[in-house]
Amino acid sequence: MKVTIDNITLEVEPGTTIMQAARMIGPEIAPPAMCYYEPLKGTGGKCRGCLVKVTAGSEKDPRPMPKLVPSCITTVQDGMIVENTINEQVLETRKGIVEFLLLNHPLDCPVCDQAGECHLQDFSFEHGVSATRTVEDRNTFDPVDLGPYIKLNMNRCILCYRCVYAADQLTEGRVHGVMHRGDHAEISTYIEKAIDNDFSGNVIDVCPVGALTDRTYRFKSRVWFSKPEDAHCDCDKCSGNVTLWYRGDEVIRVTGRKNEWGEVKEFICNTCRFERKKTSDWVIEGPTKIARHSVISANKYGANLIQPSFPIKQAALEYKLIDDDRDRSFLPARKSLPSSEKK
Amino acid sequence: MKILTEHIEVPGIETIDVFRKHGGYQAVEKALKKMTPDEVTEEVKKSGLRGRGGAGFPVGMKWSFLAKPEGVPRYLVCNADESEPGTFKDHYLMWKSPHTLIEGMIVSSFALGANTSYIYVRGELMYVIHILEKAIQEAYDKGLLGKNILGSGYDLDLYVQSGGGAYICGEETALLESLEGKRGNPRNKPPFPAVKGLWQCPTVVNNVESIAATSWIVNNGGDAYAQIGVGRSTGTKLISASGHIRKPGVYEIPLGITVEDFIYSDEWCGGIRDGHKLKAVVAGGSSVPILPAEMILTTATGEKRLMTYESLSDGGFATGTMLGSGGFIVMDETTCIVHNTLTFARFYHHESCGQCSPCREGTGWMDKVIKRIELGQGRKEDIDLLVDVAKKIEGNTICPLGDAAAWPVSAAIRHFRDEFEWHIEHPELATQPGAVYMRPGASWSN
Ligand SMILES: Cc1cc2nc3c(=O)[nH]c(=O)nc-3n(C[C@H](O)[C@H](O)[C@H](O)COP(=O)(O)O)c2cc1C
Ligand code: SF4
Ligand code: SF4
Ligand code: FES
Repeated sequence: MKVTIDNITLEVEPGTTIMQAARMIGPEIAPPAMCYYEPLKGTGGKCRGCLVKVTAGSEKDPRPMPKLVPSCITTVQDGMIVENTINEQVLETRKGIVEFLLLNHPLDCPVCDQAGECHLQDFSFEHGVSATRTVEDRNTFDPVDLGPYIKLNMNRCILCYRCVYAADQLTEGRVHGVMHRGDHAEISTYIEKAIDNDFSGNVIDVCPVGALTDRTYRFKSRVWFSKPEDAHCDCDKCSGNVTLWYRGDEVIRVTGRKNEWGEVKEFICNTCRFERKKTSDWVIEGPTKIARHSVISANKYGANLIQPSFPIKQAALEYKLIDDDRDRSFLPARKSLPSSEKK
Repeated sequence: MKILTEHIEVPGIETIDVFRKHGGYQAVEKALKKMTPDEVTEEVKKSGLRGRGGAGFPVGMKWSFLAKPEGVPRYLVCNADESEPGTFKDHYLMWKSPHTLIEGMIVSSFALGANTSYIYVRGELMYVIHILEKAIQEAYDKGLLGKNILGSGYDLDLYVQSGGGAYICGEETALLESLEGKRGNPRNKPPFPAVKGLWQCPTVVNNVESIAATSWIVNNGGDAYAQIGVGRSTGTKLISASGHIRKPGVYEIPLGITVEDFIYSDEWCGGIRDGHKLKAVVAGGSSVPILPAEMILTTATGEKRLMTYESLSDGGFATGTMLGSGGFIVMDETTCIVHNTLTFARFYHHESCGQCSPCREGTGWMDKVIKRIELGQGRKEDIDLLVDVAKKIEGNTICPLGDAAAWPVSAAIRHFRDEFEWHIEHPELATQPGAVYMRPGASWSN
């Protein structure tokens, strides 16, 4: 099947979503995903951060789709033409989504353990505006402990439902994840039922923000002061493949290994995550390659930053600059912006 | 011309014997014994009947989209969640004449080949649920439900399910989630219910009034139904009329009468309450754009506006609105539009399911901003901010509740901007108890 995204045409298998196709092209073209999480079935469609414009539905029916569509759950049709980074309406809408997500967010990054690896930080950095238009009181919730290992800070939650799906799919006996409605909805204490489960800690890894954090790592370090190393152990519950986060010689945190989209490759068990905090528990494989553009790699493993390969050069001919500091020296000179649909 | 409410005031019409004496269940006899399911669908198509739940999608066409894979059950689900502010027609019909709905359910289920059907009733209407359950039991006792109905070989089980009191469960996919016993979160579409609905099986969801109308269509033919009305707005429609009119209530009107007639004629609303005059109308339930008096009575081209899908939406949102679910809210000059908009905004804020960020955050934001304006703490930039927030919600959400929340706000500002400005510029006047803005030259009464 052929699909064209931001003027780059590629062949994909039937059933591929626009998001998956865009990711094949590379991170410069992939829409931001705040709720979609490939390893968890059923995620996506909620945050609306990944909305794109379909200017032609398919070869057979080349009409444009009337509304922007969520790229993470919309499957590609043969001959579909999609605009993401080159469409003004898409970018304008995305600004709005950032604004909505920050509306009730406490902006407490200075005291949040997630800072530095937070998808909401990245999203607002890339797509948000610096000024705020709200003067309203923010909704607030008291932080609670979900068992000995997990801290829930609802104030930071963006209700992406990833933890709900994780609890559903990785643990047994969970009933419901969200209580109440609207902006007063809360991740519910029912989730505590999953706390006894060996895999409950994974909700920390899937949470894009600092709403679910590791109590054993609380206030230990800023992410960018710690160094990640890939390591494994012989575990009877999970694969034992993890990332260890060092501060000096001390293992201050254990997480699953993540791919370049920030998604966990293999979910790990609570014993590996919370109990094995000594180097002697592990076989060290070497420094973690941080693929995601992130402050974590700042001044550290810069050389490991994986550059987009594939037709990104072609993409760059007509793509829109985001205001960040990524190295773009490999890109050819930019032509003028294409005339995208303006409303 | 009355189709649904012809016998509604007959004493005892809620019992099956009285209902049958007045022609009840003839459509079941006719459809099950003399017609094929496709023939019933064909008549409904011919009738031009459009969905009465709000969107106005042709019922026959929706039925013909139903997927029919071998060996997979199909379902008909009746949407009786009716929670839209200003809309109370389904409630009236089910409460007064439950068999009208049940007869329609049997005929419609037969046409769709459904052997199990559900009526999902708004949770607050517990007594209606009891009435329906009693009526269903009567129908079972008479062999009109259950196995081999009237010896036709067709089986149908009909269940009533109570909702939990959430407006969002009226959205068809949220309703299906709720019916499955889950949290009532709308689903992303596609897939549509016609392909994957209840328990992932093909499902049709229709409004109470849509389903109830099918029995008359079976009895009298689709052509006869299409004779009533104007153009693509065929048949009759239940209108829930409320607000500052002499005779609030539920009226069955033939589509095509003028709005002016509906408001002022003694047959319907009987005019505005004594000594007052019309200021604005919300014509189709709280979700549709509010229109000022002159625009609801005449279209931009100067024609009299009719009670039809087309005429009410004539002029788009610039000068038009929608028929919606038929919740007709009339306001006289004592109504503060800012306050009214706040009431609607608060409702959508409260009812958003919270799944998608534009609606979850946007509804709360609009509510808070309008509340500030109402309390005399508005800022000049708030009006444009509201318009922009509404625009960023509209079209970007999972389900139409986002649009439904955005439209009343943007329409109120579109047509009554001066009223919002007055609140912001003269908080000392606007916050007086009962204060209402008067346009220069306007007066209190006729
Ligand atoms: C937030 C929301 C609430 C709704 N509530 C109702 C309702 O209470 N009753 C209803 O019939 N349709 C309601 N609808 C419309 C339904 O989704 C659906 O379109 C309708 O039941 C289809 O029936 P119809 O084609 O017969 O109109 C609602 C839609 C939305 C978005
Ligand atoms: S707690 Fe985290 S993972 Fe769960 S819904 Fe909130 S933001 Fe998403
Ligand atoms: S638009 Fe509102 S009600 Fe509908 S799914 Fe989104 S958050 Fe829920
Ligand atoms: S990532 Fe697609 S809607 Fe959230």
